[in-house]
Parts: sequence; C-alpha cells; structure tokens
Amino acid sequence: MASVPHIAVIGGGSTGIGIARDLSMRGVDVTLVEQGNLTHGTTGRMHGLLHSGGRYAVADQKSATECIEENRVLRDIASHCVEMTGGLFVKRPEDTEEYFQKKLEGCKECGIPAEVVSREEARQMEPHLAKDIDKAITVPDGAIDPFRLVVANAASAKEHGARIETHTKVTDLLVEDDEVVGIEVEHASGAGKHVHGVEGGTEEIYADYVVNATGAWAGRIGDMAGVDIEVRPSKGVMTIMNIRQVDTVINRCKPKGDADIVVPHETTAILGTTDEEVDDPEDYPEKQWEVDHMIDTLSELVPMLEDARTIRSFWGVRPLYEPPNVGSDDPTDITRDYFLLDHDERDNLQGMTSIVGGKFTTYRMMGEEISDHVCEKFGIDAECRTADVPLPGSEDFSVLRDYMDEFGLRSPIGRRSVERLGSRADEVLKTDGPNPTVCECEGVTRAEVQDAIDQSGSDLNAVRIRTRSSMGNCQGGFCCHRMANELYGEYDELTTREAWDELLQERWKGQRHALWGQQLSQAMLNYAMHAATQNRDNDPADGTPIDFSAFDNGQAVTTGDDAGATDVATDGGQHGD
Amino acid sequence: MAIESDVLVIGGGLAGLTSALSAARSGADVRLVSYKQSTLRNASGLVDILGYTPNGEGPLTDPYDAIPDLPSEHPYKTVGLETVRESMELFDEVTPQYRGSHTDTNALLPTHGGTIKPTARYPAGASAGVASDSRDVLLVGLESMTDFNAEHAAAHLDAAGVPFDVRGETIRFPGELRADAKVTRYAKMLDTNSEVTVRGRKKPVREAIAELVNTEIENESRVGFPAVLGDDHTAEIRQELGEKIGADVFEVPMGPPSLPGLRLEDRLFEALDEAGGMFETGNPVEDFEAEDGHIEHVLVEKNGAMVPYSADEFVLATGGLVGKGINSDREGVFEPIFDCHIDHSEDRYDWFDTEAFGDHPFASFGVTTDDRLRPLDGSGDLEFENLRAAGSVLGGYDFAAEKSGSGVSIATGYEAGNHAATEAQ
Repeated sequence: MASVPHIAVIGGGSTGIGIARDLSMRGVDVTLVEQGNLTHGTTGRMHGLLHSGGRYAVADQKSATECIEENRVLRDIASHCVEMTGGLFVKRPEDTEEYFQKKLEGCKECGIPAEVVSREEARQMEPHLAKDIDKAITVPDGAIDPFRLVVANAASAKEHGARIETHTKVTDLLVEDDEVVGIEVEHASGAGKHVHGVEGGTEEIYADYVVNATGAWAGRIGDMAGVDIEVRPSKGVMTIMNIRQVDTVINRCKPKGDADIVVPHETTAILGTTDEEVDDPEDYPEKQWEVDHMIDTLSELVPMLEDARTIRSFWGVRPLYEPPNVGSDDPTDITRDYFLLDHDERDNLQGMTSIVGGKFTTYRMMGEEISDHVCEKFGIDAECRTADVPLPGSEDFSVLRDYMDEFGLRSPIGRRSVERLGSRADEVLKTDGPNPTVCECEGVTRAEVQDAIDQSGSDLNAVRIRTRSSMGNCQGGFCCHRMANELYGEYDELTTREAWDELLQERWKGQRHALWGQQLSQAMLNYAMHAATQNRDNDPADGTPIDFSAFDNGQAVTTGDDAGATDVATDGGQHGD
Repeated sequence: MAIESDVLVIGGGLAGLTSALSAARSGADVRLVSYKQSTLRNASGLVDILGYTPNGEGPLTDPYDAIPDLPSEHPYKTVGLETVRESMELFDEVTPQYRGSHTDTNALLPTHGGTIKPTARYPAGASAGVASDSRDVLLVGLESMTDFNAEHAAAHLDAAGVPFDVRGETIRFPGELRADAKVTRYAKMLDTNSEVTVRGRKKPVREAIAELVNTEIENESRVGFPAVLGDDHTAEIRQELGEKIGADVFEVPMGPPSLPGLRLEDRLFEALDEAGGMFETGNPVEDFEAEDGHIEHVLVEKNGAMVPYSADEFVLATGGLVGKGINSDREGVFEPIFDCHIDHSEDRYDWFDTEAFGDHPFASFGVTTDDRLRPLDGSGDLEFENLRAAGSVLGGYDFAAEKSGSGVSIATGYEAGNHAATEAQ
C-alpha cells in the first residue's frame, strides 16, 4: 500500500463532498466523481432547512441530538450559507396538548433550546400565522443554501488537492479477487470542467479504497459488485412561493404528517413535504394532488398561502435506509439516521464502504465518521478538522460591508451579492468593467456569473445553482439569454446555444407544477419572449438552411417620411454562400 | 349622467386600438378604456402576420398563402383572408413609420436573441437590418447591456446562414450612466443629444458614439445597434449616426421594455385621436350589467367608485394570459370581466406540454366566437348579442409558435370594430 492512499468517492451531494473535504484535509489523495452537476441528486432537491433537531425530538432522539450539534457547527464554518431564521412548532387547537408537551421535553432532553410562546407572541413574530393557533415552541431552526454549501466544500477539497469530476458517471466497479480496486467512469465531456460538445470518454480510476456516497442511488453501485444495499428511496414534494410569506421556519406541532413545514429561503418560501416510497430514484410520478395538498394543508397554519403565487415545485428523493431486520411499512417510520456499511464485514467484499441514510444537516458528521473509518484502515493518524476550519467564503466574515460604493452596485443587489459570496466578495466583485445586473429577480451581477462560469465550465445550470441566477419569480424569462450572452466569448456559439437550450428546458421542468394564476401568466410571457421575439423554438441555426433570397430584401422602401435602406444588393442574398 | 358612446372598446393594446380606430373611421362614436400599460411594451415592435403554420412548417415566405389552410378555429379563418388584407391596409395607412407593405412576402429580421424571425412589417428603424439584404453588417453592443451581446448575436446569425458577413463589437456608452441604466435612459440621452465628456472634452453623445463606432468599423455598409436609438427623435438619430459613420444604421428589436413596441403604441393612440376616438387609461373595468343577453353598461372603477359606461356595442380586447384578459386559478381558466366561456381541460396538468417549446394548450386559451367575433358559451350560444372579442383574448391559435400575434390582433380588431360600428348605427 502506498504511503498516501488514493480514495475514490462516488457521489457529489453533500455527503460525498463532505467526505472529499474531510479526507483531503487529512492529507489523503481523493478523486470524487458525480454523474451530473454537484448537488444533482437529493442535495439539490431539498427544502433548505438547517435542522435544530426539533423535528426528531420525540421519535428519533439520536438524530435530534446530532442535528443540534451540527446546526451549531455549520453556523460557524458555513456562515455565508446559513440564515438563522429561528423556527416555530405551531400547535393548532386540533393538535394534542400531549404531543406539544412531548415535543418540548424532547427538545430539552436533546439539548435543543426550546421555549413556549403564546399565540400573541407567535403572531407578533409571524403576523401571517393563522389567528386561531394555540401556541408555539421556538427552536433554532435555520435556512441553508445547499448549493452554496456544496460548492464551498468542493472548493475547499480542491484547495487540499482533491480531484473533482462532475458529469462523470460510474459505469462499473473494478473488482479483483473479491476486492474493489477502482471505478470505471464515463466522462460526458472529457476530464475537468464540464464543457458542452467536448468529446467525453471512459476512464479507469484505480483506487486503494472506494466510498459509495450515492444516497438513493447506492443500490445501483452495489449491484455492480453484486452486493445488496437496500436503500428505500422516498419522494417528497417541495413547492416554492414567489415571496417570503414568513421569516421563520414554521413547523406543525403534531406527530408525523405531510405538508407540515414552511422554510423561508432567500426571496422565497418553500412548502414541504410528502413522504412516499418509490422504486426508482430517477423515475417516479409527480402529481398535482401533492402540490395542492401542500397549499391546502399549510394554509391552516399560514392562511395567505391559499391565494399566493407559487413559482415552481420540485421533488426530491430521500436516501432512507433501515437495517434488514426492521421492516417498516411506512417510509415516515424509517429512521433518519445514517449507516456505514463496510462491505468487507458485511459481504466479504474488500475495498469499499457505502454510507446510506442520514440528513443534509449532518453531512459533515457523516463525512467525519467515514473518514475516520477509512483512515483507520490505512493506519493514518490525522485529526478531523472540518468542524473547525471555516469553508471558503465563510472565513473572517463578521460584518457585512457596504459594497454599494466600492463595487458600484445598487444597494439591495450589493447586499445580496455579498451574502452569497461571503468572504470571497472582494475577489469576485472587483472587476475592471461595469458590473450590470444579469438576473434582476435574484440580484445577480455579471461578475458573479463570470466567476461561476470560471468555476463550472459551459454548463449554465451549474452557473444557476452557484449564483441563483434565473431562480426567482420570472424563472429565467428575462435572463436565460443574458446568461447565454455572458457565456459566449469564453465558449463558442454552438456550445453556448446548447447550454442555453438546456437551461430553458430545466427552468421549464419545475414551473409546470405551478401553472395557474400569475405564474401561468408569467409562463406565457416567457414563452412569448423566447418563441415570438427570440424565435428560440424555430431557430434557423438549429434547423434546415433557409433560402434567404425567397424573402423580402427590404427593397422599395424609400417612400414615406422616414427613408430606410438604400443601395441594397440585388442578388437576393447568395453572397458568401 | 352616464357616460355613453356607440362603441366601447375595453383594452388598449394592438387589438383594442385597431378596433377603436376602425370603428371611429366607420363614423361611430368610440371610447376606449384601458387599465394598465399594454403588452406592446413586451413586444419587439415587429408586426407578424404568420411565420409558421400550426404544424411548425416555415418560415413561410407568403403568410397570406397559408391562411386558407389554417384550422377552422383559427381567428384568421373566422374573419377570412380578405379581411386580413384590408386590416393590414388600415395598419399601413396609419403607420408610415413601418415598412414591408410593398410585398406580400415575409421579411427575416434579426432580433436580440441573435437569430432571425419572419415578420410582415417592420419599423423603418429596423429595415436596414433585413437578413435577405446581402450587404455586410457590423453589430454594435453596449458594454453594460446584458440583453444584447453583439459578438454573440453576430456568431449566431452566421450560424443561421445569413447571406452576408457579420461581425460584432462592443463599445462603452459614453457619459456617466449607471451599469444598470434602463433602455429609456439611453434613449433619452440620444433624443436630447446630451453632452458627454470623452477624455476631458465635451461633445454631443451622438457624435461620441459615431466616433467610437468609426474606430471599429471595417467596410460594413450596415451598422446595427440594440433598439435604444431614441424615443421621440429616432429617425433623426439614425440618420445622424448613419451620416457620421457612413453606413445605414438600424435597430435590432429587443425584449421588454421594448422601445419599438412603445413607439407603435404611441403612434396608434395618436391615430385614434386623429380619427376622433376618445380614450382614457388607468381605470379597470370591474363589472357589467346585462339584460336578456344584452350588455347595458360596464362598471369602471375610479378612485373606489364604480362608474357606469354604457354603449350600444362592446369590444373585449383585454389580451390573453399575459395581459390578464384571460385568468386562471387552481380550479380553472376564466375570462374575468364577463365570465365568457373558455374551453379548457379540467385537469390543469393537461394545460401544458413537458417540453419547453412543446405544443402548449395554454398558449391557445381564449374565447370561442361566432363568425362575427361574438363570444359563445359552452353550448355554442351567444354569451351576449352586443359583445365582440379581438386579439389575444381569442382562443384557437398559438401566436408565439406561429408568429402571428400582431396580425391576429390587427385583423380581428379591425373586423370587431367594423361590425360594432355597423351594428351601432
């Protein structure tokens, strides 16, 4: 075995990226592969709740205790990704007093700061809460941006020498004599940043150890080596509102149930969720009733949601796992805890461990545990430092400076840019040229978009998740072409056009679940701008060549008060062909 | 005393204005009421008749040729080919700033998305940009304007196979403009030809721009700018820039806020005024009263009071989903003023296609009419005997895919206005 082992980590969600950061900080060589963008799987499809642990304080106290510990750590190391909104568990008259008391006691047992507030106090904090609620419990819930967090972890892992390959799918595990010795992957576009139209290829990556951190996809990787990993994927819907109806995380204080949380997130509020087992993490039904259920049920807590505008809905798949002997029928009964499956101990297959289950809030702790496990195998004696060293963007960032004068940004845009970039603001926003706004809904400027392009290649969806550009009310209606305009130059026209079309298609995908009222009106406007004005649906560059000579060439236009073209060529437009 | 007129038009977009104009020119006493800014500010200012068939064939060289083969529910079929031609004659007569009437053939115009689209009429300001003209083009972008990247647009036009060489260059707009300046701000500076300071010397902004372009131009005889070349003096600005640069200058139509769209709106309001039509903007029509299928008056909200406006004939030109002439909620799709029937699936997941540019049923939502543009209820009977519909409030066509929005508004507006005037007299 080499003195510095090489570890292959599969999966670019929060868990995988947390492991990559941890191992690379301990001096281990790491290669991480992800089939899509970073956060492509479950991490990119969650409600962005930084758990206080309150939700698990009655039924799953181990998870609850882990949550509050990690909640404190993330506030420290990832301050630029976290907004400490605080949270409320709200009791309605029909919810039992018994459960309310259990929740309160449970929080205290798990070390979660919790206080009872009266109806009046709760409604002072959140004026849009229903008038007829009984009371509430305050807890330190927060909102966290999963994209920003994962990108910051990736940046840190790279600084410590890790190799990170996105758009790279594992096609097989390399197994020799009952030992996993590496992975075979297919790059969508060649190693490195994702660039459209660049020839991909397969690569065999040999490793001293493989970590399978693919969450709901873990079973597929297991199948490649003939081991069973019984992940039970469970889908949940999340519906995004156009504004923040609440500034605090609102939970319903009752035992389990669908549609029981509202998380304020940036300029929006996210309603969640459902919990339903699915067979395939990539192909499952997305139903109207789920969206309606969110709005109807959560209106009991926040009545104004009933008539509010939703901008899109999306579904995520929880990577739930339970040990083979438990056998829960209902996915809501499956533990949210995580499990480390060492395939040597479990299946007599050396060289690989899978990590399954768990929650976004405890991603770092999971990374620590599996890194300890790997280091122990190789006799490496290195401390975990991920709980102490701030992520890039969160270093030395105690006061939000007023960047308006310094960077010539309008005040709200400057503030939001700085919140997103954290301590990287200086580095990103100091540009030579003017820095106009690209996405008005989310206040994203050219400098931020250019920075994201530098990091992520020609993939505009990757630019989107890094900057939030095109993620606001208009859902890209006004800025998709602007993002494409920013991409051109670094990349050629064809590459830009492909990335632009992918972005339009992705933006359409989630809006389909919000198509009524104002958002249907918005969708029609977007369609009109993109199809009628820009002709994106019938772009001659995509289709068959046009006989330009068959169309009006502008001749005979010299009458009227306002002379137009003169001296037009008369060859009907064959020049240059 | 009630406010009375022969014809009351509700809506101040292209359909409402054309409708009021045609009714006024037929001698009727016309009043137009509109609530908000019309959707013309979103439109490129290009006036399309038909660029593609509903099956996606195109670009069509002759829009009139394709009209007889349209499906029967299409508004062009309702009014007929001759009406489409007549309505365009009216349009051409009142908008001398537009080009393209010399031929039935569509023109292909570059837009800010960097590709070309077929259209029937185009502002004089855009005319030197037609893609079937073989003279070489220099596109000029403005550094702060994220909506238009001249180099990108040039490369895209080249990929579309245009029959000329096209190049893009980016300049910094002279003067002290904020990075996020609105298009109206650029237009205002050009309209007033404000003085700007360039390397310590003061000079008029048009001259300063021409000097910047002159350092970039090679032998192109056409120069295209994003559509910011003035609001009130656009022809003069174009001419002056053209003389100083030594090339024909044109504007590339843009998205909202679209100056060419707003200029068209201004011109049509002016034409309505000249024709003796009355208009007022800023107050919504909230309700109506009818008896035996005959609308007596509509109620306009003014500072909290409901004011009745009575007329013999009414024209509904309130727009489609964008203009809120058609609205929806989680339960269904409706027309908010008269509650005219809108045909739609009960399952809102049938309202759209899964592809971004798929065949979207929502794009064709609107009222169904008889052959005189009177809305019909769910069983095919008249909603009201004296109500007509025009423009995007009509169903049965997808203007975005067909590139037929302006043409349908003009043709149905013209027809509705004519019928209303005839009936009222």
